[in-house]
Amino acid sequence: MDKYIEMIRIRFLMMLAYRTNYYSGILIYAINIGAYYFLWSAIYGGKENIQGLSITQMTTYVAVSWMARAFYFNNIDREMATEIKDGKVAVELIKPYSYLGMKTMQGLGEGIFRLLFFSVPGMIIVAFLFPVQFSANAATWLYFELSLIFSFIINTQINLLTGITTFFLFNNDGLIRAKRVVIDLFSGLLLPISFYPFWAQHIMSYFPFQAISYIPSMIFTNGFKGQEVINALITQAVWSGLLFIPIACLWSIAKKKMVIQGG
Amino acid sequence: MFYFSIFFQYIGQYMKTRLQYRTDMVVEIISDLLFQTVNLIFILVVFGHTQSLHGWSREEIIFIYGFFLVPFAIFSSFFNIWDFNERYIVKGEMDRILTRPIHSLFQVILERIELESLFGGITGIAVMAYAASSLHLHFQWYDVFIFLLFILGGALVYAGIFIALASIGFWSDARTSIMPTIYNIGNYGRYPVDIYNNVIRYVLTWILPFAFVGVYPAAYFLGRSEWYGYAFLTPVMGIVFFVISIFLWNTGVKKYRGAGN
Repeated sequence: MDKYIEMIRIRFLMMLAYRTNYYSGILIYAINIGAYYFLWSAIYGGKENIQGLSITQMTTYVAVSWMARAFYFNNIDREMATEIKDGKVAVELIKPYSYLGMKTMQGLGEGIFRLLFFSVPGMIIVAFLFPVQFSANAATWLYFELSLIFSFIINTQINLLTGITTFFLFNNDGLIRAKRVVIDLFSGLLLPISFYPFWAQHIMSYFPFQAISYIPSMIFTNGFKGQEVINALITQAVWSGLLFIPIACLWSIAKKKMVIQGG
Repeated sequence: MFYFSIFFQYIGQYMKTRLQYRTDMVVEIISDLLFQTVNLIFILVVFGHTQSLHGWSREEIIFIYGFFLVPFAIFSSFFNIWDFNERYIVKGEMDRILTRPIHSLFQVILERIELESLFGGITGIAVMAYAASSLHLHFQWYDVFIFLLFILGGALVYAGIFIALASIGFWSDARTSIMPTIYNIGNYGRYPVDIYNNVIRYVLTWILPFAFVGVYPAAYFLGRSEWYGYAFLTPVMGIVFFVISIFLWNTGVKKYRGAGN
């Protein structure tokens, strides 16, 4: 266990070494959220609420989605693809730890760094500039934090799956890009799932994507109430469990199939 | 002439490497299409809840989006330098580039060419054609040339901004997260800028002039005469920003000390 915690720490320190860019990043995030705020104001155009979300809730939704994304987002799929293509993965596999576990911990180190140096200060700036509403309810915060952890797990699992496909496809930049686009759209980052037509919502409910962004953001904005929150968290927990199965299967096939192309 | 022959040789090599990983190329084109569809879905879903966006109808917004796709496709095919910092500065690849007898930027661009992105331009024209026909737009014969001029201007605006950003790498060799965020900001140029607050509008017009890649030039074809002044500034902005960025790049190259191994 110690070595995994060490992984988190090392990745965190690595990020800290390159922190200057993050300060400018916060400003750009604020502009980003600002632009969305005005876009949504124009879309609302005087309407009290759309699909049960007021304009303030919508602004909060956008801000929280992007801040949460800083935590759950990571590039471990791309890192895995590079390591597999370069042949470095062969060395990684003989080291005394689980390769996938170590990648997850690196992602976590990155996430914690962005949460502390990016999301929190970014959120404070955004709260000064735009009508964002923070819940005063301690339970909401607790549920939000819990669901954020699930978001990280599910997003990381999907990243691991994408990374493993490099073993079979050899060069999967296209797939990685496609995955990113699909997640942005179907996770509810760009649009709350409740805005979609019913048939589309129905299809999306069969995929794990909305567990990544839609659920934590809806919990934070109080878009979910009472039992809905519990159900949403259960959905997340179920997906986090289910996704272990394809990862385990693909990983064991991949290890046998491994072709080192260089290195 | 020398540059032309190098250009075509690189394209030849590029085709060879591309055809090596055929499945990936197909997936990549599909992922581009998917990306374009995502934005279209965004517009469609939003207009499921509202009639107009600050006086702009759904078809007009779709037309602007279609227009945006064309210069964007040219930009992403030929100026794919968004990971310049990581690939060339952090890994020290720039040292290799600088030993060659052609302009360093030209070479970096050739190495990172991505011709399959040009498919996006075809989608853009198709989207525009759909919107134009449902809006019953009429075009003159010279509109073709204006279109080409505006497309080129828009692509140069994009190229200028991203070359300037890549040049930052010469001064700071840290990994940067600015590029992807600016990428996102680029999307706001697709919406009518009059919906934004004046500060953002100013930024999108004069500092990061993404509005010249989407809404301003498209307004000309939509017959929105109140925007004609901005529309015709498109090629000028393209040239100005591109020249500034080349200047920044050249200054940066002189400053460059080399990092990595």
